[in-house]
Amino acid sequence: MYSFEPSDEQKLLIETARRYSVSDLRKAAHDAEEKKELPLTLINKGWELGILHASIPEAYGGFGERSTLTSALAAEEFAYGDLAGALAIGTPSLFALPILLAGSEAQKKQYLPPIIASDWKPYTAALIEPAFDFDPNDLKTIAKAEGGEYILTGEKAFVPFAAQAEVMIVFAKLKKETKGFIVPKGAAGLRVQEEREKYMGLNAIPFYKVTLDGVKVSKSDLLPGDFAPLLDASRVAIAAMAVGVAKAAFEYARDYARERDVFGVKVAQKQAIAFMLAEMATEIEAIRLLVWEAAWAIDNNKEDASQKAYLAVTGAIDMVMMVTDRAVQILGGHGYIRDHPVELWMRNGRGFATFTGLAMV
Amino acid sequence: MIDFEIPEKIAGTRLVVETVAVNMMRPVSRYFDEHEHEIPWDYINFMHTATKAMGGASMAPGEGKKEGPRFGFQRLAVMVEMLSWGDAGIYLDTPGGMLGSAAVSATGTPEQKERFLKRFRGETPVFDAMCMTEPQCGSDTSAIRTTGVLDKEKNEWVLNGEKIFVTAGHKAMLDSEGFIVVWATIDASAGRAGMRPFVVEAKTPGCQVTNMEHKLGIRASDTVSIVLTDCRVPFDNILGSPEVVTTDKATTGFKGAMATFDATRPIVAAQAIGLARATLELLKEMLAERGVTIRYGLPRQKLTSIEKDVIDMEILLRSAWWLVLKAVWMMDNGKPNSLESSMSKVRAGDVVNRITQKAVEIMGPLGYSREYLLEKWFRDAKISDIYEGTGQINRLVVARQILGYRSSELR
Repeated sequence: MYSFEPSDEQKLLIETARRYSVSDLRKAAHDAEEKKELPLTLINKGWELGILHASIPEAYGGFGERSTLTSALAAEEFAYGDLAGALAIGTPSLFALPILLAGSEAQKKQYLPPIIASDWKPYTAALIEPAFDFDPNDLKTIAKAEGGEYILTGEKAFVPFAAQAEVMIVFAKLKKETKGFIVPKGAAGLRVQEEREKYMGLNAIPFYKVTLDGVKVSKSDLLPGDFAPLLDASRVAIAAMAVGVAKAAFEYARDYARERDVFGVKVAQKQAIAFMLAEMATEIEAIRLLVWEAAWAIDNNKEDASQKAYLAVTGAIDMVMMVTDRAVQILGGHGYIRDHPVELWMRNGRGFATFTGLAMV
Repeated sequence: MIDFEIPEKIAGTRLVVETVAVNMMRPVSRYFDEHEHEIPWDYINFMHTATKAMGGASMAPGEGKKEGPRFGFQRLAVMVEMLSWGDAGIYLDTPGGMLGSAAVSATGTPEQKERFLKRFRGETPVFDAMCMTEPQCGSDTSAIRTTGVLDKEKNEWVLNGEKIFVTAGHKAMLDSEGFIVVWATIDASAGRAGMRPFVVEAKTPGCQVTNMEHKLGIRASDTVSIVLTDCRVPFDNILGSPEVVTTDKATTGFKGAMATFDATRPIVAAQAIGLARATLELLKEMLAERGVTIRYGLPRQKLTSIEKDVIDMEILLRSAWWLVLKAVWMMDNGKPNSLESSMSKVRAGDVVNRITQKAVEIMGPLGYSREYLLEKWFRDAKISDIYEGTGQINRLVVARQILGYRSSELR
């Protein structure tokens, strides 16, 4: 039966996530971006809200069952505060969720409990490759089976906390399929570029290029499961975060427009501006429902869940660009100044076309 | 608990309506488009019989049972979406209570509802219509000049004025024993506070259908002008209070109209969605027949231009449909939905035009050809962004809601 209202439990989570998001993440966002660093205590506080913990069954040390929808609701709230913060908090999920969804029983038992038991630690994953036509289902990083082992060769980019992580998952093409491989720090042939990558946004997160020059991993380090659910989970996460960023930008522009005087009225009283805001709000709500639907489809094992996740993220990419661009436009010259957050959100906004792989729910 | 599963009962209804759309609408779509002002009686009689057989008087939700979840408006939205998928013009000829009934349902007393709505349960199909627009005003509904003056001696209202763009007005007043709901002012000095809807029944002296429009699309539906000349209706035909209260700036009479729009806008949006879905489905079918299939899941950089277009259309359609369903779901659950209602209309009006326009473009001469329905749907689509509040008026409603402005603050 149709319903568009989160459960009481979800509402409580949304409330908690928003409180942290507004009073912690948002306040730290500007300095984190400028100083290119997120305080570890801040990340830890978000980690302790237990979004990942709630996705991991008790058998592996968690306290729940994965609900893509619930996690997506939280992801939106975190990103509403600050996208970099939201991604950083969720970075261990890039490792843990593939293990949960595609890993063997042994892998789950080995890796999940310590992640959940400890403070936030930089477990990570390498999916994105430095190519304009990067396609998660047709990777250029190759895995070859050779005498009971796999040999990984290729180049990855946009790997968060790669230099700090003790272990990561590397995605590579095995025959025709994308598969995940567990690669420990210091593996022979694995090179994490020393210097951090420089991007237009997300400067608070250390990203690295990672090259794999014939890295050997054992058979037991292959995640046996399919890649599709992992990609779906990432697409929904990124789409939910796009909604969060868009909502932040919309609200900021709306509030600014209500305060700003122009020709004897508030600028929001001009239809040219009011209509922009109306369209932004409509667009955000429309795409939010698409994201919810995709998350719901995943949770309910719907056949077309993958297609829904794809449509959701594709729609979200356009939506968030449109909304964040307009937020800057509505603030005019002030929107271009880094004292206001809208320019940061606009930089984030453009990135969503590239971010699939940086979050999972 | 968020849930995107169609309720079983609605799914059943949807299946039935689909059969009607496929068998009774699509085969005659082109005919009635090319024979403007002919009436699709086969469809009308069938719908009338079917609705009666299901125990209803109209497709509109009734008072319903008190317990358990209510989904009357959700069911209506799903039905309208499907009928419009069949044919957006013929759908508008569906008997048994449309916009006029919605006004009666939203603002009438129990006695009025019984008196005016029972006719839909009769032997023959009956129509109704809403009369708001006048020659000098459309979206600016507070500028209407049609007057309602109370003749205290005879206890009757005397209506004078001219209404245009009345959907199904001919069928309501001349082809059946139906009624129209006429918006008039009972106190011009009170502005919006003085506006009231009146029910004018078929054959009422002084009420005349004067003109039938020739339109870009939805040609199976009649659009008429109605002139009221000293047209007398009983005192009880006024919907809402006969008293004019001007103390409150946001006024009761006007609020009545707006409350009706909260219910009807998502339904009109649902109509747009049905048409958009029909278009997208036919487009994909025609492309598939010519060897073009859509590869979902690829990054945009690897898609062809046509694939990009179709995928974007899919996103527009899907997201707009959920906005519609959310708006009617709120309606069913008694949640205030002015914002969502207008949002759904804004989005659906946009989406159906973008999709139909793109589809004709993509199919080239085949899209432009009257051999296929794409060009018809392109013409049918445009009305969705115009009636029941233009896209611009609905943007205004959305903007006022999100900014917390009254109409005087955001004009």
